[in-house]
Amino acid sequence: MIEAENISVAFGEAEALRRVSLSLRPGERLGLVGESGSGKSMLGLALMGMLPEAAQMTGRLAIDGHDLSRATDNEWRDMRARKVAMIFQEPMMALNPLRRVGDTVMEPLRLHLGLSKSDARRRALELFEETGIQEPEEKLRQYPHELSGGQRQRVLIALALACDPGILIADEPTTALDAHVALRITDLLTRLARDRGMVLVFISHDLAAVARTVETVAVMYGGEIVEKGPVAQVLSDPRHPYTKGLLHARPTITGGELRKRLPMIPGNVPALADLPHGCRFSGRCSVELPQCAEVRPALLGIGGLRACACHHVPEVVE
Amino acid sequence: MQVFLIKRTLGFLTTILAISVIVFLVMNVLPGDPSVTILGIDSSEDARAALRAQLGLDDPIWQRYLHWIWGVAQGDFGTSYFFRVPVGELIAERLPLTLSLAAFGTLATVVLGIVLGVIAAANHGRAGDWIIMLLSQLGIAIPAFWLSMLLVLLFAVKLRWLPPGGFPGWDEPVAALRSLILPTTALALVQSAVLARVTRSSALEVMRLDFVRTARATGMTRGRILGRHILPNALVPIVTIVGMQVAAVVTGTIVIENVFYLPGLGRLVFQSISNRDLFTVQALVVLFAAIVVTANFLVDIAYVLIDPRLKGRLS
Amino acid sequence: MTRAINLRIGAGLVLVLTVAALLSLVWTPYDYTVLSVTQKFRPPSADHWLGTDQLGRDVVSLLMAASVNSLAVAFISVGIGGSIGTALGLTASAFGGWVETVIMRVADLGFAFPALLFAIMLAAAFGPSLTNAILAIAFINVPIFTRVARGAANQIWTRDYVLAGRAAGASQFSLTIDHVLPNISATLIVQATIEFAVAILAEAALSYLGLGAQPPMPSWGRMLNEAQTLMYLAPQLAIYPGLCIIAAVLGFGLLGDGLRDISDPRLARARA
Repeated sequence: MIEAENISVAFGEAEALRRVSLSLRPGERLGLVGESGSGKSMLGLALMGMLPEAAQMTGRLAIDGHDLSRATDNEWRDMRARKVAMIFQEPMMALNPLRRVGDTVMEPLRLHLGLSKSDARRRALELFEETGIQEPEEKLRQYPHELSGGQRQRVLIALALACDPGILIADEPTTALDAHVALRITDLLTRLARDRGMVLVFISHDLAAVARTVETVAVMYGGEIVEKGPVAQVLSDPRHPYTKGLLHARPTITGGELRKRLPMIPGNVPALADLPHGCRFSGRCSVELPQCAEVRPALLGIGGLRACACHHVPEVVE
Repeated sequence: MQVFLIKRTLGFLTTILAISVIVFLVMNVLPGDPSVTILGIDSSEDARAALRAQLGLDDPIWQRYLHWIWGVAQGDFGTSYFFRVPVGELIAERLPLTLSLAAFGTLATVVLGIVLGVIAAANHGRAGDWIIMLLSQLGIAIPAFWLSMLLVLLFAVKLRWLPPGGFPGWDEPVAALRSLILPTTALALVQSAVLARVTRSSALEVMRLDFVRTARATGMTRGRILGRHILPNALVPIVTIVGMQVAAVVTGTIVIENVFYLPGLGRLVFQSISNRDLFTVQALVVLFAAIVVTANFLVDIAYVLIDPRLKGRLS
Repeated sequence: MTRAINLRIGAGLVLVLTVAALLSLVWTPYDYTVLSVTQKFRPPSADHWLGTDQLGRDVVSLLMAASVNSLAVAFISVGIGGSIGTALGLTASAFGGWVETVIMRVADLGFAFPALLFAIMLAAAFGPSLTNAILAIAFINVPIFTRVARGAANQIWTRDYVLAGRAAGASQFSLTIDHVLPNISATLIVQATIEFAVAILAEAALSYLGLGAQPPMPSWGRMLNEAQTLMYLAPQLAIYPGLCIIAAVLGFGLLGDGLRDISDPRLARARA
C-alpha cells in the first residue's frame, strides 16, 4: 500500500517532481506515462528511496503504514526487497555479469530471509517457474550473457519478487525488448500482480503496453500528474491537451520510440529549470489561455474516477 | 578455451625465447669480444685467447647461443667466472630472499592499493577521497630508494625499532622477517599509490552500471554492494595493473636489495657487474625478464577466470 | 576545476626547475666543483642556505647543477625513444597488415625489459655510464610511443579528410606527414610530458645505483647514494635531493595530466 501526498523532488532550484499525490491499495495496478524527463522515473525512484544524493524530497510518503518521509538510508534498505521492489530498463547490464543468475536471485533470499543455501535454491527455482523461465534448473547456473533479453527481464522480476514485496515498481521493463517478448512480460506482470495481490506501478512511454497492463493510468508532464483515471477512459477520451497530443503521437498499436519528439506537440520538453511556473505545459499547448503560464492548474476531479489538471477542463463535483 | 590457452602459452614461450636472443646479442655481440669485457682492456692477448678457448668464445655466434640456451633449458646457466661456481647455484642460494621480498611486496601492494582505492571510491568527492588521491599523487612521484632511506632514517636511525639493513638468514625467522619489514614497506607504498588510483577509477566506473542499482533495489548494504558486486567487476583493469606492477616490484627488489644490503639476486647482479661477471649478469637479466613476462602471461589467463563472458567468447 | 589546479601546480614546478637549471649554467651561489675540507657538513646558514656536504660543497649549488643533468637526460632519452617509437607507430598504422603485426609484437617484447634491466645489461657489457643510462631510458620509451602513436594514428586514418586525400592519390607517407602526425601531436606531447616524469625518476634510480651519472658529475640520484653512507652523520643530506626529485616528477606528472585534460575534455569528464 502506498500513500504519497504532495511529493516534490528538487535539485536546487529545479523541481523534478511537483506536488505529486498517489494512493494505491493492494492489487491496484497504476501506469505512469509521459515523455523522458516527465518525472515518471523520478517518482519510481522516490518510492524506492533511491533518489540521487543531490535530490531534496518533501511531502509525505508512507508505505504499508511506515512513514518514510524522513527515512534514513538504513530504514529504506529494510523496506527494499521486502516491502517494495523495482525492476529496470535494459536488462543487459541490470544483472551482475560475473555472477550466475541463480546466485543473484539467492542473495536476497539468504540475506533478508535467512534461508539456507539449499532452501534459497529451492525458492529461487520456484520463482523462476513462477516467472515463466523455461528450464529453470539449468538457467540458475547460467550467466546473464548466456540468456536472452526476455529471460534476463524474467530473472529480474524473479529477483524483485524474491522477498514477497507488496509493491512492484517496473520502470520501462519492456523498452529494450522485442515487441512480442514485451507483450509476454507485461502479461506476466499483470498476472503476478493479480495472483499476489501486489501493487504494480508500471512506468512506460508505451501506451499500448500500459493499456494492457494497468487499470489506472496517470499521465505525467514536467514533474506533475496532469491527468489520471481508468486506463480505457483516459486513452479513448483524453481531456488534457498534453494527453491528447501524446495519443495522437502514438505511432503503432504496439508502441515504438516516443522519446524524441511528439509530432502533434510543438517543441521539446523544456529543461527542468526552464519549466514555466504555472501550467507546466504552457508554451507548448495549442489551446493556451493567458493565465496558463502563471497559474498552476490543480488536479481536480472531472467525474467518475477521473482527474485532470487544466484550466480548460472544469471540475465536476459529485 | 583450450585453443586460447595453447595460443597464449606458445606466445609466452616465443617471447621468452626472443628475450634470450636479445639479451645474448646485447651482452655478447654488441661489446665485441666478451673476453675483453671480462678481463679488462689492459689484459694480455694471451690471457684473452686462453679465456676464449676455455669458454668456447671462438665458436660462431649462433653455436654459442644454442649452446647457452640449451644449457639454460636444462637448468645450467653456465659457470660464474668470478665465483668459480655454477651460476645456477648462485641463483638458488639467493632466490628465496628475492622471491620472498617480491611476494611480500606484491601482497602488500595489492592489499593496500585495493583497500585505499575502494575507500576513495566509496567516499567519492569527499575528504577521504581527496586525501587518498593527494597521497597517491605524491606516492607516485617518490623514488622507492629515497623512501627507503627515509624509512631507515626514521625507524632505524631515530627510533631504532628495526634494523637499517642486512639479512640474518632464514635460520632466525623472526629476525629475518623483521629485516624485511622496511624493504617491503618501501616497495609497497610506492606501487600501491598507482594501484589505488586505478582501483578508484575502475570502481567509480562500475558504480555507474545498472546492476549496482539492481543490488541497491534488493536492499543490499553499501558494504556488500561494494565488496560483492562492484569490486569483482572492477577487477579487470586492476589485474592488468597488478600484472604490470609485479614487473615493477621485481625490478624494484633489485634497487631495494641494494639500499638495504639484502643478499638476494639484486645484490648479485650488482656484484657481478663490478666483478665483470658477464655470464652471471646475462643469466640474471634473462631470469628477471622472464619473471616479468610470466607475470603478464598469468594476467592474461586471470582475465578468463575473472570474467565468464570471455570464456564464452573464446570457446 | 581541480584539473586546472593540477595544471598550474605542474607548470609552476616545471618552470621553477627549468629556470634553476638554466641559471646554474651561468651562475650558482658557489662553484660546486671546488672542494673544501674546512667547510664540510656546514649547517644551513645565510651563506649556505642548505649547508654543505661531506666535501664542503654548497648543497644549493649542487642541487641546481644536478637539475641540468636530470632535465637533459629526460629530454634526450624521451626525445630519442619518442622519435623512434613514433616513427614505428606511424609506420605500423600507415601500412597495417603484417607490418603492423610485426612492429606491435616487437614493441610488446620491449615491455619485457624495464629500464633498469636494460641499463644493467649495458653496464655489464660496456661499463656503467650516463650514456648507457640515457640509452636504457630511451629504449623503454620506444614501445610506449609506438603504441600511443599507432593507437592515435589509427583513429586519424578513418577521418574524412584523410580518406579524401587517399582517394586523390596521395601516398601513405605524405598523408602521414601532412595529416596524421599534426593531428596526433597533442597526444604525443602529453605522453612525452608524462614520460619526462618517468625518465627523471629512472635517471635518479640509475644514478643512485651507480649505473648513471658518474663522479664528479652532479646528480640527485648520486647525491643520495653518497648521503646514504653518511646517514648517521648528516641525515639532512639525504633529504634535499629527494625533495628535488619529487618536485620534478610531480611537476611533469601534473603538467602532463593537465595537458591531457585540456587536449581531451571528454576524457577529463570521464575521469572526474
